[in-house]
Amino acid sequence: MHLDTHTGLDCPKGVWWKPAHKSEKLWVTIAFAWCMVLFAMMPLWHWKGGQNPSGIRRHTTPAAYGQRLGEFIAQYQTGQDRGIPIVSPPPGADVYLAAAQFQWLPILRLQKGVEYTLHLSALDVNHGFSLYPINVNFQVVPGYDYGLRVTPNASGDFRILCNEFCGIGHHMMVGRVIVDDGPVAAAARIEP
Amino acid sequence: MTTSTTVIDPRGSRADVFRTCQSTGRQIHLGAERLIKAHAVASVVALLIGAIAAVLIVLTRWQAVHLLPAEWFYRVLGVHGMSMLIFFIIFFEVAVLHFTSTALVNARGCAPKTSWLGFGLMVIGAVIVETMMWSGKADVLFTSYVPLRADPSFYLGVILFAVGALIGVSVFFINLVVAQREQRYEGSLPLVVYGAVTAAIIAVITLLHGAAIYIPTYLWSLGLMNVDPEIYRVVWWGLGHSSQQINVAAMVAIWYMLGALTIGSVVVNEKISRSAFVLYILFISMASAHHLLVDPGMGPAWKIVNTSYFMYMAVLASMIHGFTVPAGMELGMRLRGYTNGMFEWLRRAPWHDPGFSALIFSVFVFGFVGGITGVTIGTEQINIIVHNTLRVPGHFHATVVSGTAMAFMGATYYLIPLVFQKKVAFWKAAQIQPYLFAGGMLIFTLSMTFAGSFGVPRRHWDISFSTAAFDMQFNPVVDVLLAFVALGGLLAATGAFIFVAIAVKSVFLGEPIGQIPRGVAVAGIPAGLTHPPVHAVDVDERNAALHADSRGVMGPMPGTVVLVFVFLAAFVVYFFVNWKILSFVWKIG
Repeated sequence: MHLDTHTGLDCPKGVWWKPAHKSEKLWVTIAFAWCMVLFAMMPLWHWKGGQNPSGIRRHTTPAAYGQRLGEFIAQYQTGQDRGIPIVSPPPGADVYLAAAQFQWLPILRLQKGVEYTLHLSALDVNHGFSLYPINVNFQVVPGYDYGLRVTPNASGDFRILCNEFCGIGHHMMVGRVIVDDGPVAAAARIEP
Repeated sequence: MTTSTTVIDPRGSRADVFRTCQSTGRQIHLGAERLIKAHAVASVVALLIGAIAAVLIVLTRWQAVHLLPAEWFYRVLGVHGMSMLIFFIIFFEVAVLHFTSTALVNARGCAPKTSWLGFGLMVIGAVIVETMMWSGKADVLFTSYVPLRADPSFYLGVILFAVGALIGVSVFFINLVVAQREQRYEGSLPLVVYGAVTAAIIAVITLLHGAAIYIPTYLWSLGLMNVDPEIYRVVWWGLGHSSQQINVAAMVAIWYMLGALTIGSVVVNEKISRSAFVLYILFISMASAHHLLVDPGMGPAWKIVNTSYFMYMAVLASMIHGFTVPAGMELGMRLRGYTNGMFEWLRRAPWHDPGFSALIFSVFVFGFVGGITGVTIGTEQINIIVHNTLRVPGHFHATVVSGTAMAFMGATYYLIPLVFQKKVAFWKAAQIQPYLFAGGMLIFTLSMTFAGSFGVPRRHWDISFSTAAFDMQFNPVVDVLLAFVALGGLLAATGAFIFVAIAVKSVFLGEPIGQIPRGVAVAGIPAGLTHPPVHAVDVDERNAALHADSRGVMGPMPGTVVLVFVFLAAFVVYFFVNWKILSFVWKIG
């Protein structure tokens, strides 16, 4: 047992690699075991859990993404709100959402319990996708297409905030996602 | 400590004038002391700017007051980040490096001209950055994510500051090598210096990342090259996160120092403490992944490996220090006779000594709030419900402000009498300052964390969204929480202003200390200096008795064993509650 009584300001003389007290050994062992749990939870959640930020990740360019977004809107647009197109893609579709200073395009109309591949990208600078009130957050980076397979588990009228500073109008940037309980008749889809 | 004799050391050049510290008997090199003073003063100036910015920010985020216009809010937020996280902290750390590599090993400060060049570059860089930010030419916030563009001078200012800091760090290593060659100390480096070496090594890695990102970004801002936004984020966080590890290592070193000065903390086991420092260097120095967990650039394997390096060995290191620091304090107190029960050592500690109260608050809030939240929110999947919400600043204010800044303030209450040889001014205020600062930050960080769990974004001017395209309203609880954020922030800022007033008054107009009286409490001199925590003559017998096998696994520090298991329980609960909350959100994959 090492029984020096020097402080952290003193120079230890001789060999300081000495056995630790069993209380210290116990704590180091338990702390190590806990750290293994911290680590193991991540692969475990990929295997068993339902929420993982994996997605499909691709390079793109703001121009290419903007073009794909335009095609997507043209294909599935069912209405508009405040000049922003409302788009109702079919179940399982690839859904495109773009962040640009200072708006989210388009408004998405999805169905509860159906999986979509939600693509996120930015047309100018970094933005932050934050779905309210679910509190789901992803980084939106220009030049990168982040395709996340999402399944809405509740219907409602949701908001998308920007939570990455993107310029002086950052706080004005609010988008909209509508989730319906089931398929909505084409006529009823059009917002007044 | 007073100037009694100045000694011209025969081993050095003529310029190497030392004085002998009367408190500690150490040889203090006057040239190094001037450098320590200059860096400390610059640090306090940055703290003042940052604290003024903090007040403006919390008064804006408190929606009922909403003080600043949008443009100025983001501008001042950038100023707050740079002033605090870069200028205040790094100036102070370079002061700590000059201090630990000279005073603690009786050595001289080498290469004085180079050191002053480093200081000069840091000052010039800081002035350029502050000028750019205040004048609205760099509204890019602290992280300056490309392709948001600032005036090229902004990036140049950061580069100059980093080069200056790198020079300061280099001089630290030179000092230690020369100290060993000149045999200024016997045996191994003290643990506190060992911790400072850890901080310095991580600082080199950090500053190299800084060069790797700011030089290309400077060229990009001049239109000379392209910088990929995602690659910027990866490399920038190699700077941004590992700089926080400098803070952690420096803070832990100061924990050991303040423990020794205030209550005679002993090093329970050098092997354990030093190994934990090595773990910091090996396992966290490049952990930028914590910030990129919900980024599109990298896959799950990269994220898991880089977050954890498989086993969270750096978390292990902090958990080890979380044991050894209070254990050293407990054993030190028990050796001085405070042996009753589980916690007499803590109850009878000098709570009126601002060096001690700052230390204990720093340890507790860093561990319980900063540590637990940090590891939890830095988990790959949990980050989905955390990224860029107020939970993030809620976490890092508990580490870098309640932890590092509080420890630095505690150290300052000892550096003023020991290095500046002045009494601590406004002594009554100094005694309550750690309570005000730590208490304010505790309210602030907890309220911010709760507000963040409602999804309230960080770095946001108006969460009432009065000018947004669609109506958007948070749970009304959020308004109350943000009012508490403001309340806590204002209390802590008041604590910071008191600290600045104390530091400035003491250093520039303070009463010089003659002989430090022993055994008499003197206003303006911390108890650890007037009543040095010396051990009894029979310390070895006491120590042997405390280590007796009959005391079982709890051994000489049962109070600490209880505390760390309370900590672990809190950690486990918080961690799994977050997984549970995550399981309620949309399926995402």
